Amino acid sequence: MKTYILKRIIGLMVVIFLVLTIAFVIVRLAPGDPAALMLGPEASAEDAAALRKQLGLDQPIVIQYLTFVFNAVQGDLGRSIFFNQPVTEVLLGRAEPTIFLSLFSLLIALVIATPIGIYAAYRRGSWLDQGAISTAMLAASIPSFWTGLMFQRYLATELGWFPASGYGGPDADFWTRMGHLALPSIVLGIVNSALIIRFTRASMLDILGEDYIRTARSKGMGEARVILRHALKNAAIPIITVVGLTFALLVSGAVVTERVFNIPGMGNLIVSAVLRRDYPVIQGTLIVVATLYVLINLATDLVYLLVDKRVKY
Amino acid sequence: MKHLPMISRSVTIALLASVAFALPATAQTKLDIAIVGEADTFDPMMSTKDVVSIVTQHFVETLYTFDANWAVAPLLATELPAISADGLTYTIGIREGITFHDGSAMDSADVVASLERWKTQSPRGKSVADKIASITASGPFEVTIQMNTAYAPLLSLLAFSNSAAAVYPSETLAETLEKVVGTGPYQIAEHVPDQYLQLTKFPGYVSRTEPSSGGAGARQQLADEIRFIPVPDANTRVEGLLSGQFDFADGLPAESLARIEASDVADPMLLRPFGWPIFAINHKAGLLTDLKTRQALQAALPIDDMLFAAFGDDNFFVVDGPMYPEGWTWRSNAGVENYNQNDQTKAAALLKETGYDGTPLRILTSRQYEFHFKMAEVAKVALEAAGFTVEMNVVDWATLGQQRNDPALWDVYITHSPFLPEPALTDLYSATSRLGWAEPAKDAILAQFTTETDQAKRQELFGQLQQKLFEDVGFIKIGGFNALMGTRQGLTGVTPTPWPFFWNAAK
Repeated sequence: MKTYILKRIIGLMVVIFLVLTIAFVIVRLAPGDPAALMLGPEASAEDAAALRKQLGLDQPIVIQYLTFVFNAVQGDLGRSIFFNQPVTEVLLGRAEPTIFLSLFSLLIALVIATPIGIYAAYRRGSWLDQGAISTAMLAASIPSFWTGLMFQRYLATELGWFPASGYGGPDADFWTRMGHLALPSIVLGIVNSALIIRFTRASMLDILGEDYIRTARSKGMGEARVILRHALKNAAIPIITVVGLTFALLVSGAVVTERVFNIPGMGNLIVSAVLRRDYPVIQGTLIVVATLYVLINLATDLVYLLVDKRVKY
Repeated sequence: MKHLPMISRSVTIALLASVAFALPATAQTKLDIAIVGEADTFDPMMSTKDVVSIVTQHFVETLYTFDANWAVAPLLATELPAISADGLTYTIGIREGITFHDGSAMDSADVVASLERWKTQSPRGKSVADKIASITASGPFEVTIQMNTAYAPLLSLLAFSNSAAAVYPSETLAETLEKVVGTGPYQIAEHVPDQYLQLTKFPGYVSRTEPSSGGAGARQQLADEIRFIPVPDANTRVEGLLSGQFDFADGLPAESLARIEASDVADPMLLRPFGWPIFAINHKAGLLTDLKTRQALQAALPIDDMLFAAFGDDNFFVVDGPMYPEGWTWRSNAGVENYNQNDQTKAAALLKETGYDGTPLRILTSRQYEFHFKMAEVAKVALEAAGFTVEMNVVDWATLGQQRNDPALWDVYITHSPFLPEPALTDLYSATSRLGWAEPAKDAILAQFTTETDQAKRQELFGQLQQKLFEDVGFIKIGGFNALMGTRQGLTGVTPTPWPFFWNAAK
């Protein structure tokens, strides 16, 4: 297993290097000038050129790339053009809302999806199964921004049950900040529950048709025990896969939901950074996101070991 | 005896409680202001972006400012300057007893050093640098600006909060400021990027004593704290305002007016008019270097339709040709017969005279401001009806900001501007702008306009300049548009302006 993990870490490094290079090239291929944006509409082309020079953006592209790689290898992702802060500092500032938003959303998705998926499989073909599948399809089909806007308007603005946006002001304590994540977490939880419902149901249907389930029932074992101990445990691998992927996507930045609710997380940061042409932040965010994605997938693969003794690496 | 201390404690508590109830409440007043995005910098010298002006004017001040009628009024200066008869020497008295947020006292050395930095580094300062011979401290609280040539817009430039001639302590000055230290009524307490900028009342602030009027007069520091919250999504600003989260929200979409009017939490605030959409014309290269082709463009544009498509509600636009709205001193009707012709037949005839070969007219626009794009879409149909081949180049704002600096890439780009208190504050008229509108007669009028110091004569000259603008089609003002903002019900002391301020706001 050690060899397996080592191989995966080497693979991770290759991925990071590729992302680092692709990110560098893509952001520079896109037209747009961070200096002109910062100076505003009345600034002349000469002013923008002077600021580009000050920011080091007038250097040959190869020099910029080599400097970037050299610094990145040492853990220095550069300095944000817009914030005039180290990129690592900017990213760390976004970690808390993104991590907690991802965790809460995943938790809500699991609370909704797991029982519905199991029950839909158990009562296959019933009106409840049909209803669950239709609802899951509906939840997956509606764009998250629309759900976000509707929830924001009716649950926050009209009913006042939740804060409408933001992450709390200067005097907000931890719990106030978490309160600001409640509504976006519900939105993301509902949207992401759809896929988990479908996977849980499909996986459970496969298992419920197996001989050992019939044997367990014929031995007189209670239904709850059959479903939860025998079926669910064996159906877990595909469910864990989809849960892992969902979590990785959430951590990578729930771009639209963070934008709608003005949550200062990674998703919001990357949109702003692209609009501002803040090259170091775009590059840094992509590297961190790619790393997290690979690490979460690795963690998911390792979880397989815990739930299924047949899995060997 | 054992009970005595307890009794005495109870009495003390009761007394304290009664005193507490008798005193007026001293709860901290905090204002939450939703703005359209994060300020790029807190140094207003270095940026011409409105969001930078809105935020920084609370902690950084200039020698002059504008009153409610957009007349220049003193701020850090004692009064309006003494200007020599030839218009070349400005003697400016500086207020004594003003302290910066770092506790140091302001004197003429700080003002001279700040103006020198403004002249060499600020986009607007650079535009006037060649006209300034020297800036000297003629006393501990007096500064003299010696001009090479008379330049009437100087005071407006010194008063403008955008690319501002801000006054900083001389010892903090550098190409890039480590820390922005101003003299304003509020000071920076904490900044969490993309979350909030927290400003607290500056206890050492010495307000002017004249009645408040626009940016001029008393700055009362009524709120204890102001928080600027960047909220890039317009709909999120609306929901935040209507849910009571924000005391003020800037830049709201027109379609939210009805909801805000119906709300029992917030009130709409309409700035009527806010500004003017502009079709900026490339005079340096391409199709529109030819006058008749420019006139064909001007003749073809269906202004009413463009504005209706862009804003969709009569409350939000006005079909108005003159460069300044009704009621402004610069208002003139010179040349407006050329506005809103909506005559594609005339345009086709003009095009025919030029021997137009179907070379595409390239319109560079962005959907960052949806009304730009909608205007371009309507214009495209009319221009094609007149015989133009139109190529729409729809890019994001960052790309537009870059591409418009290259004359080879566009014929028209779309932008907008607020109505500025002094026409010379926009460089669109100047031959050296990115438009490159150079025309000898216009340049002569512009030179006279900027050097003339008599206001009546300047107004007359501006009329002539506007006439030339329409005749030569330097650029095209599409009309006037209004801006929607929103306030919490009961919020006082905030007036509609393109750069709203909150030092007199209370709730």
